[in-house]
Amino acid sequence: MSALLITGADLAGAGAQDLLVEDGVITEVGSVRTAKGADVLEADGLVALPGLVDLHTHLREPGREDAETIASGSAAAAVGGFTAVLAMANTSPVTDTAEAAERILDLGRAAGLVDVQPVGAVTKGLAGEELAELGLMHRSRARVSVFSDDGKCVHDARVMRRALEYVRAFGGVVSQHAQDPHLAGPTACCHEGELSGRLGLPGWPGIAEETIVARDVMLARHTGSRVHIAHVSTAGSVDVVRWAKAQGIDVTAEVTPHHLVLTTDLVSGYDPTFKVNPPLRPLEDVQALREALADGTIDAVATDHAPHARHDKEHAFVDAAFGMLGLETALAVVSDTMVRGGLLDWAGVARVMSVAPARIAGLADHGRPLATGSPASLTLVDPSAEVTVDRSASLSLSRNNPWHGRTLRGAVHATVLRGRVTALKGAIS
Amino acid sequence: MTAILTAQTSPGHTRQHLLSVHDLSTDRIREILETAAQMHAVQRREVKKLPTLRGRTVVNLFFEDSTRTRSSFEIAGKWLSADVINISGKGSSTSKGESLRDTALTVAAMGVDALVIRHSASGAAQQVSQWVDAHIINAGDGTHEHPTQALLDAYTMQQRLGDLSGRHVAIVGDLTHSRVVRSNLICLGKLGARVTLVAPPTLMPSGIASWAASDGFELSHDLDAVLPTVDAVMMLRVQRERMSGGYFPTAREYTVGYGLTRPRLDALVAANPEAVICHPGPMNRGLEIGADAADAAQSLILDQVSAGVAVRMSVLYHLLAGEEGSAS
Repeated sequence: MSALLITGADLAGAGAQDLLVEDGVITEVGSVRTAKGADVLEADGLVALPGLVDLHTHLREPGREDAETIASGSAAAAVGGFTAVLAMANTSPVTDTAEAAERILDLGRAAGLVDVQPVGAVTKGLAGEELAELGLMHRSRARVSVFSDDGKCVHDARVMRRALEYVRAFGGVVSQHAQDPHLAGPTACCHEGELSGRLGLPGWPGIAEETIVARDVMLARHTGSRVHIAHVSTAGSVDVVRWAKAQGIDVTAEVTPHHLVLTTDLVSGYDPTFKVNPPLRPLEDVQALREALADGTIDAVATDHAPHARHDKEHAFVDAAFGMLGLETALAVVSDTMVRGGLLDWAGVARVMSVAPARIAGLADHGRPLATGSPASLTLVDPSAEVTVDRSASLSLSRNNPWHGRTLRGAVHATVLRGRVTALKGAIS
Repeated sequence: MTAILTAQTSPGHTRQHLLSVHDLSTDRIREILETAAQMHAVQRREVKKLPTLRGRTVVNLFFEDSTRTRSSFEIAGKWLSADVINISGKGSSTSKGESLRDTALTVAAMGVDALVIRHSASGAAQQVSQWVDAHIINAGDGTHEHPTQALLDAYTMQQRLGDLSGRHVAIVGDLTHSRVVRSNLICLGKLGARVTLVAPPTLMPSGIASWAASDGFELSHDLDAVLPTVDAVMMLRVQRERMSGGYFPTAREYTVGYGLTRPRLDALVAANPEAVICHPGPMNRGLEIGADAADAAQSLILDQVSAGVAVRMSVLYHLLAGEEGSAS
C-alpha cells in the first residue's frame, strides 16, 4: 500500500486540513495524527484544488513531434497543475477513428503524468463535410465524448445540426471553434478594428465568432443537444451565451487564459508570438470575459495550448502559425488576474479549472471534491509565490510563450495524480 | 510589451531603418526631400553617377514582383555607385517554405549594407529588421506601408504646388488594400496637408472612422463633392479581382462613382486650374482613371516615376552615407 500525507493545505480556501491518501484515494481529511510509512508533503500556506482539467490542449502527436509530443505535453501539463487534458483532434492523421483515439489514450498512459483524453473530430479529416465515426470513437477504449474540429469551424449548419443530434444518443458534446469562414477567412490574423486597419493586417472580426455562437445555441435549442463553445473571445459572444443559458439552452463555454489578459495591441510589432486564433481582442472584450467567467456565464478556463516549432512562427505575420503555449502558465494567469483581481476565490478557481471542465468532458474521476473517497488527484498552489515566466525553462518542446518576461503571482507547487506526485516545484517527479 | 518584443527578436542591432514613415520626423522628411532635389539635378546631367556609396552593397530582396519599384531602387543605388544585387524571394503564403527569418539571415550573411525589402505580407520589413544586422528599407509590405512612395509623392506634389502645408489632397480608390495610402496619410500629415480619403465604405480599412478622428483626416463617399476643393488628387489602383470579394458590384459602377473621368477632370480644372493628379501606378486606365486625366497637363504621373529615383537616392544616402559622418 502506498500512502501520502499532505499536511496543512487550505482546501480550496475552506480552511487548513491534512489529507491522507492511500492507494490513490483520499481516506482521511482533517487532523491526521499518524500515517505510518506515508510520504509527507508539507503544504502549509498552500491551497489545495481538485486536479486541474484542460478542455483544450494541442499535443501535436501524431504528426508534429518536433513541436510537442504526448510525453512532453503531459510533462508541461503536470507542472502546470493539470491531472487531465483533452487532446484536440487536429493532428496528422486526424483523430477521427476509434483506432486513432485509442492510440492517443495509450500514449498518454505510457507517459503517465496526466490523463490524456482524446477529443474526436466531428467530421472526417476535419473537412467539415461528412461525420467522423463518432459512435465508434465513443465505444472505443478511449470513450470519446467530446468532439471538435477545432482549428476549423463546423460551419455547415446542416452538418452541425446532425452532429449535435447524433451525439445526443450517448451524451456526447460538440465543442465548436466558432469562426464563420466567410467573415474570417484563412488569412484573417488579427482582431478587425482600427489597429488591423493601420497595420494592414487582414481582420478577424468579432462577428465571425458571434454569428456562429448565435447559430449554434439555436441549433442546440432545436435539437435539444448540448453544445460547448471553445475559446470565447468577444463580449458579443458572452451576451449570446448568457441569453442562451437564461433560456435554458444546454450550452457551456470556455475562455483561454490569454484572452483574459492579453490585448490586440500586442500585435502592433508584428511579433507572431501574439498571433492566435481567435485573435487577441481589445480591452473591452477582455473585461467582459473576466466578468463572464466570474459570474458563471463562461463555465471553464481552457488553455488552447498550441505549441509550434520555432520556424513555423518565424514567417511574416500573416503566414506564421496560429497559437501560443498555455499549460504551464494557466493557473498563474488565473490566479494573478481573477483571484488577485478579486473576481474569483479559490473555490471559484476549483470550479472553472477542475469541476466544470471535468463535468463538461464527462471525466468522472476528475473534478471531485477533496473529500474522503475521492480519487487523490489534486493540485497544490502557492498563492503568494511570484514567478517571472522564462520561456526557455518550459517543458514543452516549443517556445511560443506569450507570457515570457511577465511576473505572475500564484504558482503550482505540486500536482498529484491518483496519489502519485507527478510534479513538484516546476519539475517532473 | 515592446521590451519583450525587443528581448525576443532583436540581437541588439541599432542600425537606422526606413520601415514606416513614422520613423521619420518632419525635419527628417524635409531633409530627405531637399537632398532628393539635389539628386534630381544630378539626374539631368550627362554623367549621372556619384561616388557616394562606392564599396557599399545594396540588395533588393523582392518577395513580390514589382519591376517599377525594384528598377527605381536599382538605378538609385547604381547612380550612387553602390553594388546593387537583385534577389527574388519566393513569397511564402504557407508555413511550409523556408522561414522569412532564414531567408533574411541567408541574404544578410553575404555581407550587405542595406536590404531593400518588398513583401506581400504586412510587417515583413519590420520583422526582418529585428533579425539581421543591415539597414532595412521597406519597399512595400503587404497592405501596410510603402514609405519611399509617400516621399516621392510629396516631392512631386511640392515641385508643382510648393509647400504642402494647408494644401488639400484627396486620395481615392481601394484604400483597404493600399500601402500607399497608409504611408501617405502619415507623410502628408507631418507636412501639414489636409487629407480626405474617398472610397465606397467597402474599400475603406476597418476602424477608419476612429483612425480619422485621432489622426485628423477626413472621409467621404462623394468624389464629386470633394474634387472642387482639392489641390491634388491621388488616384489609387483598383484591382478588378476585388469584385469577387464583394467590394463593389462592377467595374462600370466603380468608374461612375469613383473614377477620374473626363467630366470630373473638367470639374477639377474648372475649380482649380493649378490642381494636380497623381497615381502611384500601375494604372488601370478606364477604371479608376480615364486616359484624358492620365495624360492631362495636370497629371504628375511620369514626374512621380522620375522623382522616385531621386528620392530613393536620397534615402539610401541618408541611411548609408550618414552613418560614416560623411553627410553634409
